[in-house]
Amino acid sequence: MSQIDGGRIKFGSGSDGVSYMDQDKQVLGRFQRMFGLRWKRNLTEAFIKYGLFLCAILSIFTTAGIIAVLLFEAIQFFQEVSIFEFLGSTKWTPLFSSKHFGIWPLVTGTLLTSIGAMLVALPLGLLSAIYLSEYAPRRVRATLKPILEVLAGIPTVVYGYFALLFVTPILRSISDNIMVFNGLSAAIVMGIMILPMVSSLSEDAMQAVPRSLREGAYALGATQLEVATKIVVPAALSGIVAAFILSMSRAIGETMIVAIAAGQNPNFTFNPFVPIETMTAYIVQVSMGDTPTGTIEFKTIFTVGLSLFVMTLIMNLLSQYFVKRFREVYE
Amino acid sequence: MALITEVAFHAHMRKRKIRGYVFYALCLTAVALGLVMLAALLYNVLSEGLSRLSWDFITNFPSRFPERAGIHAAILGSIYVVSIAGLVAFSLGVGAAIYLEEYAQKGTFASFIQLNIANLAGVPSIVYGILGLEIFVRIMELGKSVIAGGLTLALLVLPIVIIASQEAIRAVPPSLKEGGFALGATKWQVVRRLVLPYAFPGILTGAILAVSRAVGETAPLIVMGALTFVPFAPDGPMSRFTVLPIQIFNWVSRPQEGFHVAAAAGIIVLLVVLLTMNAFAVFLRHKFQKGTQW
Repeated sequence: MSQIDGGRIKFGSGSDGVSYMDQDKQVLGRFQRMFGLRWKRNLTEAFIKYGLFLCAILSIFTTAGIIAVLLFEAIQFFQEVSIFEFLGSTKWTPLFSSKHFGIWPLVTGTLLTSIGAMLVALPLGLLSAIYLSEYAPRRVRATLKPILEVLAGIPTVVYGYFALLFVTPILRSISDNIMVFNGLSAAIVMGIMILPMVSSLSEDAMQAVPRSLREGAYALGATQLEVATKIVVPAALSGIVAAFILSMSRAIGETMIVAIAAGQNPNFTFNPFVPIETMTAYIVQVSMGDTPTGTIEFKTIFTVGLSLFVMTLIMNLLSQYFVKRFREVYE
Repeated sequence: MALITEVAFHAHMRKRKIRGYVFYALCLTAVALGLVMLAALLYNVLSEGLSRLSWDFITNFPSRFPERAGIHAAILGSIYVVSIAGLVAFSLGVGAAIYLEEYAQKGTFASFIQLNIANLAGVPSIVYGILGLEIFVRIMELGKSVIAGGLTLALLVLPIVIIASQEAIRAVPPSLKEGGFALGATKWQVVRRLVLPYAFPGILTGAILAVSRAVGETAPLIVMGALTFVPFAPDGPMSRFTVLPIQIFNWVSRPQEGFHVAAAAGIIVLLVVLLTMNAFAVFLRHKFQKGTQW
């Protein structure tokens, strides 16, 4: 526990004329005080240690709580709906009178918007990261990074507003085929939202590439482009892959943009121009309505939540695996 | 015997250089696009909502009539919920960080907790809403109240506080701690008197970031059961509530143009609050970094 053990007791020599009896008493008193103090100290220390331990262990309770809650309700759901219906049907209509429980329309909706978002965020984010890491003068970098971080700090409901009331009208003025609610607008804005994440994580990975690798390439006559794309990016690749996976997982779990701009129609389609519904938007839709607790409609949000949790968990673990691999090489 | 002639070399070199310029232009465009989008977003919100901002907008309750609708209830709800979330997440998060950095023995268990925290940071926020609905609202019977909302958000931002505090604590020089131990201090005395003051600016920055995340969260509170139309101010921890982002969501989802303007005005208020908090975090970090000299 404590690395330092109180203090040590020095025995008086009796040279100051105090009788041995008194001295014994004094020593005893001292000893008691010391012992009492140390006992109290140890108790406090132990108390604090276990208090802090409880704080740390709370994170495990949280994860356990999430899994328990989702599983508990999802198991009840699967007692009423067969898993073959859930994974086999392509119709999702739990809120209608003729109920179908095929998850696929929500999955395609989620994949459509998140892959679309990645198509925006991946090239833009990677190029921004290369610029910030390899080209930008220090001062430019010091101003640009915080500005990009502002983009990351904007609440998602604001992006939802932007998608529905700014981007969608522009898209609709380009093509009449685009509906008021559509996957495209949500995907583009979601791409802008995760761009800072892709860019900042990829840039971190590129910054960790040793300078000597770059200088070796320059010494061989490589141009700046060649150093950036043939040396730095490959060397930072697992860090960049980790950034992509993490951003994709973020996009899958993103809620407000798609709930506002993509619609509430679980269509089994990859058409970006029509209204769709993502897993997250469905959960919001049920929560906003007055679905009574305990009904099968209510249990669907736990089942959908479980699917969402599993998808993002796998991607997060994958991303951590890549980060670890990256660290093993350069640290 | 030259393998390539000088002419061919220069032609090739020019090609490589041109390719380099094109790529550089591409990179610049990418960065510029991000900035343009940010500017477009801010311009759009400001041009729509600035004229709608007034003292009445801050002090009015929501209304069926867009011109009369205000954010009084939403602002108070946000303050209540975020204060609870901030206090809970701060105390638990810093505690966990101290344990992991100073007390836990490095081993499988500690790295398991660490992995777990990293994963919790990546769990979609809406899943925390489901957790809050089940644990706080239904099992602990707190109802769809301010306190249930605050605790839900506290769990959501806890990983942010823990990770930021851990980094701050890790940056404390070991010599400082060893000096404390050499003077006979106990572990807790070293942590409280030496480690925490030194790490404080970093911890505070992390806490402010966590709170600003909590201010902007919408989905978990909707799932947990916050209201969308609240014509009363919350009057205690058990009161039902709404928050500013939910109010904005509600207005955006309505077809009337007037509510969209109100949403834009609400967004301006939200962004001003967030930017002020971030600026405060930067200021604090700067000030403490200068002030702390060991």
